Amino acid sequence: MDRRVGGKSHARADANDQMGATVLTTPVDAESGDWIASLRSNDEQAMARLHELLLRAARFEVRRRAAAARHLTGGELDDIAHQSAHDALVAILRKLDDFRGESRFSTWAYKFALLEAAVKMRRRAWHDREIPLEDAGLPALAARGSSPHADAHMSELLAAVREAIASDLTAHQREVLVAVTLNDVPIDVLADRMSTTRGALYKTLHDARRRLRAALAQRGLEVPE
Amino acid sequence: MNERDHLARLRGVLGPSEPELTCEACFDELDRYVELELAGADADAAIPGMRAHLAGCPACREDHDSLRDLLAHEAG
Repeated sequence: MDRRVGGKSHARADANDQMGATVLTTPVDAESGDWIASLRSNDEQAMARLHELLLRAARFEVRRRAAAARHLTGGELDDIAHQSAHDALVAILRKLDDFRGESRFSTWAYKFALLEAAVKMRRRAWHDREIPLEDAGLPALAARGSSPHADAHMSELLAAVREAIASDLTAHQREVLVAVTLNDVPIDVLADRMSTTRGALYKTLHDARRRLRAALAQRGLEVPE
Repeated sequence: MNERDHLARLRGVLGPSEPELTCEACFDELDRYVELELAGADADAAIPGMRAHLAGCPACREDHDSLRDLLAHEAG
């Protein structure tokens, strides 16, 4: 399977619906091996320890994002952390065979809890908020506010990008690109609103970016890297 | 906005120029990548396309930063 954008990989279906089962190819450290063996045998104590570990990660993520969701009470934030830990636990038990032993088991498990918490917090932060209209982001690509000696090349680049956004993208590509890159709408929030997946939207964004770069190249404009 | 802000905004719009992983592959490799980074190993050589994807995908970049910071926090 091509794992690069534009390849034939499948879009992400939900927060933790990832890749298919993978055969263990790397020697697993003893602690990770114990986790896998205990969880495969439905050891209740191991399940409880895993839940504790996931809750710690989820609370870490919720705390990081609490400032962006000031309307949520402490109790609501803790509910989100608990829900995230629960959802991550379910996802992990479903995907135990995906663990390849290329990291510690705890690191592998943490990422599920962090993802669940991040997605839930972004959704709550954008709950009841309208997605900004596409035009709202375009002024950010104007050179207004630059010094009188502003780089002429930059002004030309910005103007060319604005023009290419208007003329070289499909309506869907334009909507996704402007929302995510200019209006800072989280891609998973946008995916929810558009009833699609984060992976599918990123592919759209990737295709839009390629078109913009091609349009700039056609105009003989180089983008500083 | 100054020139640096414009350039940052432009890079955000245009994304990385080099090949990049998908969001799915990024998530799949995230734990290995972050452990390599924290160990001081060459994570970018081990997982080509990851750095470019993190530069182009704000959500995956946040996921990466969270895992890195959590592990660093736990290591004390």
